[in-house]
Amino acid sequence: MAKSHVSTTVNGDPVEFLCDTAETMLDVLRNTMGLTGTKEGCGTGDCGACSIIVDGRLVCGCLMLAVEATGKQVTTIEGIGAPDRLHPVQQAFLEDAALQCGFCTPGFIVAAKALLDRNPDPSETEIRYWLAGNLCRCTGYDKIVRAVQHAAAEMKGQPA
Amino acid sequence: MTYEQKNLRVVGTRPIRHDGPDKVTGRANYASDFTLPGMLWGRVLRSPHAHAKVLSINTDKARALPGVKAVITGADLPLPPPGVTQAGESAINTQHLAKNLLARDKVLYDGHPVAAVAAISEAVAREALGLIEIEYEVLPHVIDVDEAMKADAPLLHDDLFTEGVEPRPETPSNIAKRIVVSKGDIEKGFAEADIVIERTYTTKAVHQGYIEPQGCVANYAEDGQAMVWCSSQGQFVIRDLCITMLGMEASSLKVIPAEIGGGFGGKTTVYLEPLALMLSKASGRPVKMTMSRGEVLRATGPHSGSSMTARIGAMKDGTITSAEVVIKFQAGAFPGSPVGAAVMFCSAPYDIPNLSITGYDVVVNIAKVHAYRAPGAPNGAFAFETVLDELAHELKMDPIDFRAKNSAVEGSKSPYGPTYGPLGGIECLSSAKNHPHYKANLGPNQGRGVASGFWINIGGQSAATVVVNRDGTISLVEGCPDIGGSRASLAMMCAEVLGIAAEKVRPSIVDTTAIAFNDVTGGSRVTFATGMAVVQATEDAVRQMRERAAKMWDIEVDQVGWRDGAAQEMNGNRSLTISQIAQKAAKTGGQIMGHASINAAGAGPSLTTHLCDLEVDRETGKITILRYTAFQDAGKAVHPSYVEGQMQGGVVQGIGWALNEEYIHDENGRLENAGFLDYRMPVASDLPMIDAVIIEVPNPNHPFGVRGVGEAPIVPPLAAIANAIYDATGVRMRDLPFSPPKVLAALEAAEKTKANG
Amino acid sequence: MQYQSPASIDEAVAALASIGGARVLAGGTDLLVQLRSGAASPAAVIDIKNIAGLRTISETADGFRIGAAVSGAEITDHEALVRAWPGVTEAAGLIGSTQVQGRASLGGNVCNASPAADTTPALIAARAIAEIVGPGGKRSIPVEQIATGPGKTSLASGEIVVSFLLPKRPASSADAYLRLIPRTEMDIAVAGAAVSLTLAEDGTIADARVGIGAVAPTPLVLDASFLVGTTLDEAVLAKLAEAAGAAARPIDDKRGTIDYRRKVVGVLAKRAALIAYERAKGAR
Repeated sequence: MAKSHVSTTVNGDPVEFLCDTAETMLDVLRNTMGLTGTKEGCGTGDCGACSIIVDGRLVCGCLMLAVEATGKQVTTIEGIGAPDRLHPVQQAFLEDAALQCGFCTPGFIVAAKALLDRNPDPSETEIRYWLAGNLCRCTGYDKIVRAVQHAAAEMKGQPA
Repeated sequence: MTYEQKNLRVVGTRPIRHDGPDKVTGRANYASDFTLPGMLWGRVLRSPHAHAKVLSINTDKARALPGVKAVITGADLPLPPPGVTQAGESAINTQHLAKNLLARDKVLYDGHPVAAVAAISEAVAREALGLIEIEYEVLPHVIDVDEAMKADAPLLHDDLFTEGVEPRPETPSNIAKRIVVSKGDIEKGFAEADIVIERTYTTKAVHQGYIEPQGCVANYAEDGQAMVWCSSQGQFVIRDLCITMLGMEASSLKVIPAEIGGGFGGKTTVYLEPLALMLSKASGRPVKMTMSRGEVLRATGPHSGSSMTARIGAMKDGTITSAEVVIKFQAGAFPGSPVGAAVMFCSAPYDIPNLSITGYDVVVNIAKVHAYRAPGAPNGAFAFETVLDELAHELKMDPIDFRAKNSAVEGSKSPYGPTYGPLGGIECLSSAKNHPHYKANLGPNQGRGVASGFWINIGGQSAATVVVNRDGTISLVEGCPDIGGSRASLAMMCAEVLGIAAEKVRPSIVDTTAIAFNDVTGGSRVTFATGMAVVQATEDAVRQMRERAAKMWDIEVDQVGWRDGAAQEMNGNRSLTISQIAQKAAKTGGQIMGHASINAAGAGPSLTTHLCDLEVDRETGKITILRYTAFQDAGKAVHPSYVEGQMQGGVVQGIGWALNEEYIHDENGRLENAGFLDYRMPVASDLPMIDAVIIEVPNPNHPFGVRGVGEAPIVPPLAAIANAIYDATGVRMRDLPFSPPKVLAALEAAEKTKANG
Repeated sequence: MQYQSPASIDEAVAALASIGGARVLAGGTDLLVQLRSGAASPAAVIDIKNIAGLRTISETADGFRIGAAVSGAEITDHEALVRAWPGVTEAAGLIGSTQVQGRASLGGNVCNASPAADTTPALIAARAIAEIVGPGGKRSIPVEQIATGPGKTSLASGEIVVSFLLPKRPASSADAYLRLIPRTEMDIAVAGAAVSLTLAEDGTIADARVGIGAVAPTPLVLDASFLVGTTLDEAVLAKLAEAAGAAARPIDDKRGTIDYRRKVVGVLAKRAALIAYERAKGAR
């Protein structure tokens, strides 16, 4: 069957791709664009490893058809931080040992950034509930939550 | 090597891990992140039945589908010669493995692979699976371990006769093996006891729950040379299992270790790799295979469900006189559960004069179980540590004092044979007792539980190479996949020996052709055993640098010392830094490279004690964990942040196991909760912070005193939570998991008993 | 599979009517899982998210109109709606994770007709009306008439729920929704209960409506007329719990047992009533 042509914006760059209508945004990011930082842990929206930001909303890449990306702004882990400077969330994850195997880490960082973008001063409870859709089997979440708190403090300390 | 107390400048600090930036930017490559030109997609067709005869398989229609390049079934994978491959804590029977990779005349569990295809896209591969025609004759199945042991249970293997029973049984059964650990005379011990408590416990199968599904890319060339890129806990074990399955030579298969997205023991065997190699060989193209989460839960891992009875006796003064434990483990479709560890270690924190512990390894119609973090030990501790709690209550003793009174110490004989060296058990207990957590007040419906745990930790084969670069930096080459920060801890030990900063050492984990054999990342062995190899390889490099310095100074090598990253003239004040020596290396004998390939012995066991506070909602049965503190002897914490991380992660896996995780099968033996929606692992909002208190009783057999840390923290939580529920409600729960419906039913049953009593 | 993204309701209805086996795509958080597992293989998906009006929440003289494709996150971000209907909005905020709420729609949650849908009991308690457009024109029905069984609705072929109307709130009224799940997030409700109350001047209940979920083939309206005239004393709360348990027709499954669901739906109804009551007292 004919593929669909999609024009979208990924990490600030205009991007065009062809996809089957049944392909998910996660499939296209990973297999067509080679943006493999976004991970697949379940394919059913239950683990958050494929977290991306679409038009300002945190979503699972596996629960969005790629054809739906038309005209949207998509941010993936590859679009967070700059070559000369990691995003404060990334830096805090490093400093606070908030990763072990690292597989869930991109999803957590995308989700945490989305949280701090809208709530610069989240409570521990708010962080835990916001991140409840991101499964981590290694850390027990303790150091992840602390890293997000740490990043929030860093970001508040910086001039906007 | 032996422990030496010294002033440490790198070991014990918390540098940023070397692989960290790649992992926070999405740059790190895991199993499924790799592609090759011309690559095909492979998929597996799995049995929908828990137990059935395979009457026929017809792959004609699948082969005829345009885009399908190869189809394989069990007929394409001849049984290898009988043998056993050791993979960390698991011993893998090669013929069982082959039958598990692709079923032949019988399928033994829901999810058992029956055929595999490779096609030009994942969609075509899926379509092809739907065209494979299989005729099954469904057989009665059995999943519960007690049911499977009955004489009239459906039989999985008609050639399985119980090992470890004299005389050997004449009829086959599902009981693969009986093992017994004993000492003293238990009946004499029970006769001496003032109080004896006997209880029965059951647990369901649980999964390791790594977030990265299994995946691999295989490329099999026309000349028989092959490559597999995959994530595993040990590229060498993957290689050895693949070549055994496919009759290849070791030098013909290069296994490249991808980053691994969690394993917890579950990634120490093969599921996809041999199939991908076969499909690649058949199609002449590279083949990528990735499991869905449903496939992961149905067909990999799980850890044994169990049924256990523990009987323990103590005197009024709190001395335990005797213990008898019977432990039955689900092995899954083929023999080989970790029941042995449950048998050997359930009583291991204690010095008990009379013991009899019996284990049964029982095949049932679920996927072959595989190692899961301290395999077997949490089950055994669940039974043992809750009976101890009951005894402490009956004796009106503090549960920590009761444990301390019976603790094994240096010189005690372990239940499994050897005499213990230095142990941190007493230190963990006293640290817990003196911690503010133990004295904090509890509110209504809140309770506190205590439990201890033991894990043996292992050594094994490890190799390391230390390459001294011209600029004085170090390339550290090693062969153990890094699941939780081991690159950092190994680089730190190298840096410590050299007297330089950890950042000057760059660790890499290389493929099976680039370093000597390494056992798996498992058994809590890497920081201990590979750490020892790294120390020896670094010492080898230091020795060579001293020799080069001696040559440059034209003095004897015994006149050259080593301090602060430089060769030092002992009877003078000349010194040469690493880079000064390295820059002259071409002229003094070539680039300097230290090396070690060892089989490390002398791992030190881990002892741990946990405190758990929780609250029970008496109207809904729902449990909330309020506070949790883990105390553990790490020997020496090389990178304390990652030691804490291991403790926190293990605790939370234990909490998940205790509260909600379980395999649920329907009446046909199909796994009903093969997804993260209903296989309920803890999420961030379920938990408080997990406090980790590191205790350091050095292991005398490691230069920095390191013991393993990764596994012990999952051992106590099941019992700690059960004991806390009792403290909160007065109700003893003995059937895992403690999910809300079960807790509410137990509370109501207790109310009814009270009303009737 | 075709993908269409119509710009108007009429186009969407026409597409749905003309392609046999087409499915409506709103948030897609259930549909995509079904596509992947092979449980659904529609000839086409009709994406309704680009239709003006289906993505907006508007406040009118009669109350609130919520477009069927509005996501959970958009609902919980809408301050006026959260103030007026704390129960409905907290139910929307419980569906799945933050990520799922970024996509999952109110229309999808109701029209998937899961017995355990979180928003349906809350919408029932709120006396929400669903506005439906189909080949035969427009019609409006109470929300409880949409689901007819697990995965089944009363919608005719080609019909789409386009919006939900929540009535204007009188003074001293509020709602609440509670569900029981084994974890704190990410699970499907084992049982759920929503209560909407309006208080009289003297603090007694003047109007009450209760919806319960996950305890029958569809979410149910519970006859709660006995709450009127009371101040939710112990006896009334006990009666409410009993009534909820008695109305329930649950099943045993991997998420809960019949006995457990009956008991817990009563506990939740009682607790939700107390929360709604406290909220209503504060909403004078």
